[in-house]
Amino acid sequence: MAAAAGGAPLIETVGLARRYALGDATVHALVDATLRIDAGELVAIVGPSGSGKSTLMNLLGCLDRPTAGVYRLDGREVGGLDGDARAEIRNRRIGFVFQSFNLLARTTALENVELPLYYGPLPLAEQRPRAEAALARVGIAHRAHHVPSRMSGGEQQRVAIARALVGDPALVLADEPTGNLDSRTSGEIMTMLVELNRATGVTMVIVTHDPEVAAATDRVLEFRDGRIVADTPAAPRHGARTRATRAEA
Amino acid sequence: MSAGPGGAKLLVMTARTAARALRRNRLRSGLTMLGMIIGVASVIAMVSVGAGADRFVQQQLASFGTNIVMVIPGAVTSGGARSGWGGASTLTVADADALARVPELAAVTYSRRQVLQVIYGSANWSTVVQGVTDEFERVRDWQVASGGFFGERHEKSGAKVAVLGQTVARHLFGPGQDPVGAIVRIKNVPFKVIGVLAAKGQSSWGQDQDDVVMIPFSTAERRVMGAGILGTVEMIYASARTTADLPVAADAIATVLRQQHHIGHGQEDDFTVRTLEDMTGASAAASEVMGNLLLAIASISLLVGGIGIMNILLVSVTERTREIGLRMAVGAKARHILLQFLTEAAVLSMTGGLVGVATGLAATHLIGRLAQWPTALEPASLAASFLFSGVVGIFFGYYPAYKASRLDPIEALRWE
Repeated sequence: MAAAAGGAPLIETVGLARRYALGDATVHALVDATLRIDAGELVAIVGPSGSGKSTLMNLLGCLDRPTAGVYRLDGREVGGLDGDARAEIRNRRIGFVFQSFNLLARTTALENVELPLYYGPLPLAEQRPRAEAALARVGIAHRAHHVPSRMSGGEQQRVAIARALVGDPALVLADEPTGNLDSRTSGEIMTMLVELNRATGVTMVIVTHDPEVAAATDRVLEFRDGRIVADTPAAPRHGARTRATRAEA
Repeated sequence: MSAGPGGAKLLVMTARTAARALRRNRLRSGLTMLGMIIGVASVIAMVSVGAGADRFVQQQLASFGTNIVMVIPGAVTSGGARSGWGGASTLTVADADALARVPELAAVTYSRRQVLQVIYGSANWSTVVQGVTDEFERVRDWQVASGGFFGERHEKSGAKVAVLGQTVARHLFGPGQDPVGAIVRIKNVPFKVIGVLAAKGQSSWGQDQDDVVMIPFSTAERRVMGAGILGTVEMIYASARTTADLPVAADAIATVLRQQHHIGHGQEDDFTVRTLEDMTGASAAASEVMGNLLLAIASISLLVGGIGIMNILLVSVTERTREIGLRMAVGAKARHILLQFLTEAAVLSMTGGLVGVATGLAATHLIGRLAQWPTALEPASLAASFLFSGVVGIFFGYYPAYKASRLDPIEALRWE
């Protein structure tokens, strides 16, 4: 497990930017994002659609490469790495949780959770116990041999969370993890993510539209037009939303 | 990336994933394989029939005598008119005796032939009477079924003895009658039958080789065929010591005969030397054309099979775009995705190949049974067509696999 020693920077970006060419026009999806997220933090990213949240998540997740700026993960510059090196970082250091779960259909929960281990260094014989442990951790060990279509949305998202955790990453990136769930299930999932963050010290960055979700985190980054417009520590838990709203104004 | 155990693990996972993906679309996989199955099956059936035909021809050739070289008089130019081969009497017994001294030749014999009526009691039969030397039996590798062949002393003394071919024996003698010891008449000359030749069947050009009566050459010359010039022969047969000696032997024969006939440089030979290879050349060429044609058909069906695999993999890659994106997100490198789809292509085509081999075997068996064609299974062709099916799969699977491996994970994950 990555060091949970609070205070050590896990993510450091300096002037991170991402531009796309869209026909003749250039879209500035992310402009000059400079931020630091320490190991063990639980951070929410909020903002309207197209504000650059997803772009940042893709960059932090090493799915995309910045057009400018520096991205250091664990002190290592990773922004300029090639596809294979980024794939290896995703495999070893990062777990993803998606809004639409992205589980493989007609594949059991257990095998879904094992998927990242295929591409990692863990010997074949140790994969199954690891995946089983990850499922137990999110409380659905009893559903291990069910396929996603036989599970509820909440269960599917738990499987996805188990898949994100199975490789023992330093960073979990969740893109609207409760976006497809009803409010009760959504609350359960958020409670679980917070609990996992507290218990394992895994750093979590959650993109969300939902103020309740943001309120459950320690820190809220707000995006607008490709820029970070507010960075609010949610110290007194109940005040988080108010502050965010105020900063927006 | 770790190569050793990690690579093995990946291979296991990849093969498992491929097998699962193909099982999920059983009908689709089966239909895709059909091209491969037909291609491989037709290759195997075609090779088996071809090999069977080859073997049949080989047996036919062997029946004519091993390593045989024939010399025929011919192509004499006189006053601008050229006779065709066999049209002149340029070969002599002396030529044959000179050839007997060529080291590459194991035996030399010569013959004259004439179609004559052979009479036994009230039965008669028109057949080829052939005057040959006692070496004939050896050169043509033709044993007697009963009695014996004539020897040197019969030849020297011009003995009136005959050896009958099976067909002649059958037509002149009733069942249960032993021709050996009987007296037959040829041109009013009584001949004592001393042997009956073993059956040789049809020659490769459809002639009944058993419809023949052999008598000593000297007897034929003096008593039966007369008319011609003494000492000329119609054909010289020689047998080379080994098959490898054949071309050398043929050259040596030509050299000796040119000396014998005083043919200078630049002058045309008045004889023709032919080996069985020359004679079967035409039929070999024909069967080669047939073989190439079948190969072309088989190649086309394998090509179509390969395109089918490519098509279905392209569909599969599109359908599974999100899956590919997800795999990339959790750490699959481009080569992992490439390997996965290549494996699927290989599993698809090689399963098709395996079924094709089985179908080909069944088809071969059926052709042998129903059409009564000679067939011969060649294990090498089974292995080769199976492996080739794998190669075709990988070749045609490469493009879809490459396409999959180049997908952008972000785009792929967003795919609906």
